[in-house]
Amino acid sequence: MKTVLEAKNINKYFKKPIPYHVLTNINFKVEQGEFVSIMGKSGCGKSTLMYILSTMDTDYDGQLFLNEELITQKNQDELSYIRNKQIGFVFQFHYLLSEFSVLENVMLPAKKLGEKTKLQIKNDALEKLEILGISQLANKKAGMISGGEKQRVAIARALINNPSIIMGDEPTGNLDSYNAENVFNIFKDLSTNKSLSLLVVTHDKDFASKTDRIIHMEDGKIIE
Amino acid sequence: MLNWKVILSIARTHLISKIKQTATASLGVTFGIGSYITLVSFMTGLNNMLDNLVLNQTPHVHIFNEIEASKEQPVGLYTEFQNSWNVIHSVKPKQSQKRIHNALAIINHLSKNPKVKGTLPQIKSQIFYIAGSIELGGNLTGIDVMKEVEYFNFRDYITKGTAEDLKNTANGILLGSGLAEKMSLNIGDRVQISTIKGEVYPLKIVGIYQSGVADLDNIQSYANLKTVQRILGEPNNYITDINLKLYNLEDALALSKEIEQQFQLKAIDINTANAQFETGTNIRNLITYAVAITLLIVAGFGIYNILNMLIYEKMNDIAILKAIGFSGKDVEMIFLSQAMIIGIVGGILGLILGFTLTSIIDKIPFNTQALPTIETYPINFNIQYYFIGFGFALLSTFFAGYLPSRRAKKIDPVQIITGQ
Repeated sequence: MKTVLEAKNINKYFKKPIPYHVLTNINFKVEQGEFVSIMGKSGCGKSTLMYILSTMDTDYDGQLFLNEELITQKNQDELSYIRNKQIGFVFQFHYLLSEFSVLENVMLPAKKLGEKTKLQIKNDALEKLEILGISQLANKKAGMISGGEKQRVAIARALINNPSIIMGDEPTGNLDSYNAENVFNIFKDLSTNKSLSLLVVTHDKDFASKTDRIIHMEDGKIIE
Repeated sequence: MLNWKVILSIARTHLISKIKQTATASLGVTFGIGSYITLVSFMTGLNNMLDNLVLNQTPHVHIFNEIEASKEQPVGLYTEFQNSWNVIHSVKPKQSQKRIHNALAIINHLSKNPKVKGTLPQIKSQIFYIAGSIELGGNLTGIDVMKEVEYFNFRDYITKGTAEDLKNTANGILLGSGLAEKMSLNIGDRVQISTIKGEVYPLKIVGIYQSGVADLDNIQSYANLKTVQRILGEPNNYITDINLKLYNLEDALALSKEIEQQFQLKAIDINTANAQFETGTNIRNLITYAVAITLLIVAGFGIYNILNMLIYEKMNDIAILKAIGFSGKDVEMIFLSQAMIIGIVGGILGLILGFTLTSIIDKIPFNTQALPTIETYPINFNIQYYFIGFGFALLSTFFAGYLPSRRAKKIDPVQIITGQ
């Protein structure tokens, strides 16, 4: 099976306010189609790890591979391209551009990538919204829809460029149990039916227990 | 690679969603540019009017025969005294005449010079105007009136009567307005003038001349060349001054030097004669630009402020854009293009505002005794100022947008996302 994401000996230090060793020797892999969750107490470094894996935080030691290609040491523009094409994000807060319509929000990463025509992008975006069952919201302003709907729009946006992996930082943390369940089912479906890799940081034990694999973290280390 | 279509569509959405702030920022530029255009058009209009007042009457090169002491005294020609210390007391000017020797040939020669637009002969003479028992001293200048009209806007200074009347009347005179008032004379009346030699001639007043310079209007009158030649009892090759109008003002100095050498006459160029006007114009321009630039800087700070606030409000959007693959450069360009759109829209509106205001000012009546030809406030409609104004608008909005955009470029998305 193909390895999508691999971390080798990741170490990270905070220099401010006091020098602090946040992450110590992090090693793990995520295979294609695998649904992995990271659990741990607040402050254990799981979010910090998440942002290193997402390529947004580049201030770390160690090596990071995406699709078996070393991406550590790449410059910001290359990393932006990787984020655009290979990685989809879902955050705890909904993080849509509230002045744009739902459809425009979903289309934005594909427009940035610029590999398809506008019409193709629009059809893709509508298809993703259809998969997530929210195609009726397409023309509403992103600021005007409910929290659960926003999270699904965010997932549709994460999917638009057919990424290698979807990363979530507490994607259900701000949702009620009904919507959380809904989001989990969508993720599960993407993992099994589309063999998409997922890596989700969560507090929610129920959510984590249903994933393929749980990585437990404590004090900046992975514990088995 | 920058994807301008996407960048501009995001910039546009940001601007439209914050339409009030966008409008405020654009209005800042609009007023800055509008007042710049108004100020500069009005000031240069006034400048040109004041300069023209003098420069239109001033020939580019004025050629005449200067009465001066000979630089070479006869004693210098003696070889016996050449190693001696010669002292001559009470040096007098050489006996000579005011007329330009062989003037008609010189005029003919100069009019063939490709730099010269017009060659105008004049005869200057001192005369007395006789009003009852009082004699008023003054000047009577013989002119080729149609040429003066053509090259020196002479018609502007004829307040009553026409240039053609003078041309067609053999013993006509254009009387200075001050003189006409003093002597209670008007068109159609006759005025007696007396030459220095004492001969008296009656002349018919065909028009009133007003230059706007009171001292001049109190002494100056004009007549045809032939009339003045006859009054003075001189032949028709008697010319005391030759005025040149050139195609290019810059040639004046060189040409005047050339003429001095060639004909041994005095030739004064316009820049030497009117150096102070250049200085006045420069200082007025400096003040205009200082005020205009201040206005634009104030507008620039407005834009800086609004963009800074916009970026503060859009922190989340910036973080999302970066997370979904927009580079720092993309984000920078999104905000910089917003500043530039504000600059372009505000700038164009400013040009329109400036044009409207100046058009209105151009219609406001402005009557003054000193300026007979001016009826409304003078405005200089020069396309050049519109280009400069628009350039300023783009430049100031670029700088105002540059720093906030740099800040947006450097925002760390992780800090925003985790900091929530």
